[in-house]
Amino acid sequence: MADTSGTGRRSLSTLIYDEKFRGIVYQIVVAVALISIVWWIVGNTLDNLQEQDKKSGFGFLGQTAGFQILSSLGTSLVDYTAGVSTYWDVFIIGIINTLAVAISGIIMATIIGFMMGVMRLSKNAVFNSFATVYIEILRNVPLLLQIFFWYFFVLRALPNKRDKLELGTENFAINITGLYGPEPIPQEGFRWTMYALLAAFFLIWALAKFAKRLQENTGKRLPVFWLSAATLIGLPLIVHMYNGSPLLWEMPEFRDTGPKLRQGFQASGMVIKPEMIALWLALSLYTASFIAENVRSGILAVSHGQTEASSALGLKASSTLQLVVIPQAMRVIIPPLTSQYLNLTKNSSLAVAIAYPDIVSVFAGTALNQVGQEIEMIFMMMLVYLVLSVGTSAIMNWFNNRMRIVER
Amino acid sequence: MSKSIAFIRTEDAPSLPPPSSHVGWRKWLWDNMFSSMANFGSIGAAIRSVLIILLTVTLLYFGLTVIWSLIKFALIDAVWSDPDTLKRGICATVAQGGVAEGNVGACWPFIGAKGKLIIYGRYPEMELWRVNALFVGLAVGILWMVWERAPFRRQVGILMLTVFPLAAFILLTGGNVHYSSGTWTTFIALTVIFLGGGLVGARNLLGEVMFALSGFFIVFGMFVAAALIAMFVTSLDLGLVHVETANWGGLLVTLVVAITGIVASLPLGIVLALGRRSKLPLISYLCIGFIEFWRGVPLITVLFMSSVMLPLFLPEGVEFDKLLRALIGVALFSAAYMAEVVRGGLQAIPKGQYEGAMALGLSYPQMTRLIILPQALKIVIPGIVNTFIGLFKDTTLVLIIGLFDLLGTIQSTFTDAGWATPVMSPTGYLVAATMFWAFCFSMSRYSLHLERKLDTGHKR
Repeated sequence: MADTSGTGRRSLSTLIYDEKFRGIVYQIVVAVALISIVWWIVGNTLDNLQEQDKKSGFGFLGQTAGFQILSSLGTSLVDYTAGVSTYWDVFIIGIINTLAVAISGIIMATIIGFMMGVMRLSKNAVFNSFATVYIEILRNVPLLLQIFFWYFFVLRALPNKRDKLELGTENFAINITGLYGPEPIPQEGFRWTMYALLAAFFLIWALAKFAKRLQENTGKRLPVFWLSAATLIGLPLIVHMYNGSPLLWEMPEFRDTGPKLRQGFQASGMVIKPEMIALWLALSLYTASFIAENVRSGILAVSHGQTEASSALGLKASSTLQLVVIPQAMRVIIPPLTSQYLNLTKNSSLAVAIAYPDIVSVFAGTALNQVGQEIEMIFMMMLVYLVLSVGTSAIMNWFNNRMRIVER
Repeated sequence: MSKSIAFIRTEDAPSLPPPSSHVGWRKWLWDNMFSSMANFGSIGAAIRSVLIILLTVTLLYFGLTVIWSLIKFALIDAVWSDPDTLKRGICATVAQGGVAEGNVGACWPFIGAKGKLIIYGRYPEMELWRVNALFVGLAVGILWMVWERAPFRRQVGILMLTVFPLAAFILLTGGNVHYSSGTWTTFIALTVIFLGGGLVGARNLLGEVMFALSGFFIVFGMFVAAALIAMFVTSLDLGLVHVETANWGGLLVTLVVAITGIVASLPLGIVLALGRRSKLPLISYLCIGFIEFWRGVPLITVLFMSSVMLPLFLPEGVEFDKLLRALIGVALFSAAYMAEVVRGGLQAIPKGQYEGAMALGLSYPQMTRLIILPQALKIVIPGIVNTFIGLFKDTTLVLIIGLFDLLGTIQSTFTDAGWATPVMSPTGYLVAATMFWAFCFSMSRYSLHLERKLDTGHKR
C-alpha cells in the first residue's frame, strides 16, 4: 500500500517536471482563463444591451438610410439616394471610397517614393538635398496634421464656388468645391472596348511567356515592353474606333452669367471633391517618404561588385540597371513596401477627420450614430480592414515569392 | 676637363598646386553638380544631360521658393507683438478690418496668447507647477539615460520605468484614489497566497509539488505585490487638488498618451513575442491571432472600439475615464507592433545561445531572462525607438474621439473669433508641425546613432 502511494507521489512530481505535461497544463490554464474572460465580457455585453434596450443582429442593413453622403466614387457607382438606399449600400459605398483613395494613393506614393529614393542616392547635390529635406520633413510630421494642412489651408486658398481656376483647358478646372473634368458616359457597344482591353491583357501575358521561351531557346530578345504597350493601347483603340467611339464625354458646365446664386459649376461632368484630393495628396506624399527610404536601402543593398561585374560583361548602363540592379534591389524593397501599402490603406481611415465618406467616416460614424448598434457595425468595419490587410499581404507574398532568388 | 652637359636633378621640382578647378568649391560643384549633366558625347547622353539640367533648375527653383516663402511667412512678414491687445486686429490687413499693412505672415501674438492652452490644456492655473515638475523630471530622466557616460544609468532607467509613472499619475490626477474594500481584500489575499506560498514552498516545506511551482508563485506574487504597492501609493491623500482628465490637453496629453503607450506596450509586447514563438500550439496561435488582429486594423478603429465598445464590455456601473479608454486602446495596439519588433530581436539571436543556455541547465524563465532577452532587446532598441516615433505621431488621432492633444488643441483654438484671421491656421499648423517634427526628428537621429553604435562587432 505504502509502495503504491510512493510511486504515485513520485509520478506526480516527475509529471510536474515533464515538459509535455507542463505544456498541456499551461494550455488548459490559458484556455480556461480565456474562456472565462470571454464569458464574462459576453455576459456583461448582453446585460448592458438589454439594459439599454438595444436591438442586435444584422437586420439594420436592410433599413433605409436617411442621410446625405458627399458625392464620391462610391455614391456614383452605387447610385445612392438618401431615404431610398439601405445601410448595406452605405457600407458598400464606404468600402468603395476606402479602396478608391487607397489604390490611387498607393500608385502615387509608389511613383513619388521611387523617384525620391533614387534622387536621395544621386550625386547631384540638388536632387540629393531636395530628396533628403522632403523625406526628413514629411516622415516626421503626423499624417493627420498633413491632412489638415492640405484640406484646411492649401485647398481653402482655391477660388470660391462662383469662380474657377482652369487647368490648361476649359474642360478641367478647379475651385473650392472640387476638381471638375469631363465625365465618360458609356454608350451601346462600349462593352466591346472593355472586352478588347481584357483580351489585350491576356495577349500581353502570352507574349511575355513566348518572349521568355524565345530568349531561352534562341537568345533572341523581343522588344517586349513596346509590343505590350502597343497591344494594350492599340487593340482596345481599334475596337473602339471600329464601333464608332461609343463613349460620350459630358463636359462640366460653368455658368458665369445670370443670377449670382446660380453661377458656378452645374451638376454635370465629373467632380472630385476636395476631401478626396486632400486625403489622397496627404496619404501619398506621407507614404512616399517612407517608400523612398525603403527604395534607398534596397538599392544600397546591391553590392557594387554586381554593377562592376555587369559592366565588365559589357552591359550598358541602362541594361545594368534593368537586368542587374533593379531585380536584386526589388527583392529587398518588396517586403517593407508591402507594409507601407498596408499602412497607407489603414491610414486612409483618417478620412473621418475631414469627412471624406470612407468606411470609418460614413459607416462607423454617421450610420452608427443613426442605428446605434456599435458591436455589429464596428465588427463589420474591422472585418473590412482585416480582409484588406490579409488580401494585400497575400498578393505581395505571391509577388515576393516570384521575385525571390531560386537557389539550387 | 670639359664641362659635362649631363643634367642630373638633385632635388624634386616644387610640386605645383592643383589646378583651381580641382580644389575647393569648384571641385565640389563639379563633383556634386555638373558631372551628372555634362555628358554630351552622344545624342542619348545629351538628351539625358539636358533633362537633368532642366529638372535640377526646376527643383532648385521650387525648393528655394518654398524655403523663401516659409522664411518670409515665419520671420519677415510676421507680426511679433500685440502691445495694444488688438487681438485679431493686429494680424488682419486693413481690408480685413485690422491695422496690418501689406502682406501679413505668422501671427505670433496669437500663439503667445494660446501658449498655455497648447502646452497644458485647461489644467488649473494654480496647479501648473505639478505639470512643470513632471516635464522637468521627464527631461532629466531622458537626458540621463541618453547621455552615455552618466553614472547610474541603469538605476535611473529602472526608476523611470517604475517610480516615475507612479509619480506622474499622482502629480497629474492628484492621487487620493478610492479603491473598494473588495479590491483591497482581493489584492492582499493574492499577495499573501502567492508570495507567501512561493517563499515557504521554496524551502521545500509544503511538499514537492509546491516546491516545483514556487518559482512561478514568487514571480506572480511579485507582480501582485507591485500592483498592491501602486494601489497603496495612489490612494494616499497628499493634499493635492484633484484634476479631471477632461481638463488636460495640449502637449501634456500627447506626452501622456505616447509615454503610457510605450511603457505599457513594452512588457506586453515582450510577452506576446515570447508567446508567438512558444512551442505550445494554443499559446502561439493565440498570440499570432492577437498580434495580427491589432496590426490588421487602423488605430482609429481601435480608438472607436475602446471609446464605444469598452463600456459595453464592462459590468454595469463601472465608468471609465475617456482618456483611460483611449490609453487602453493605444497600449494594446502598440503592444502588437512592439511584439513584432521584439520578435525580430528574438529571431536574430543565434540558435547556439539557446542551446548553450539549455546545456548549462537553465530553465526556460532563467534562459529567457538572463541570456535571450538582454541580447534581443539590445538589438531591437532602434526598432523600439522607431515604434515610439510612430506612436508619438499617432497620438494625434485621439482628437477624433474628442480628446485634445497638441494638434487637437491647436485646431480648437481656430474657432476663437477674437483671433480669426486668414493667417491663424497656417501659424497654428506651423507651430504644431515644428513641435512634432522636433520630437520625432531628434528621436530618429538618436535611433540612427544607436544603430551605428550597436552595429559594431555584429557584422559578418
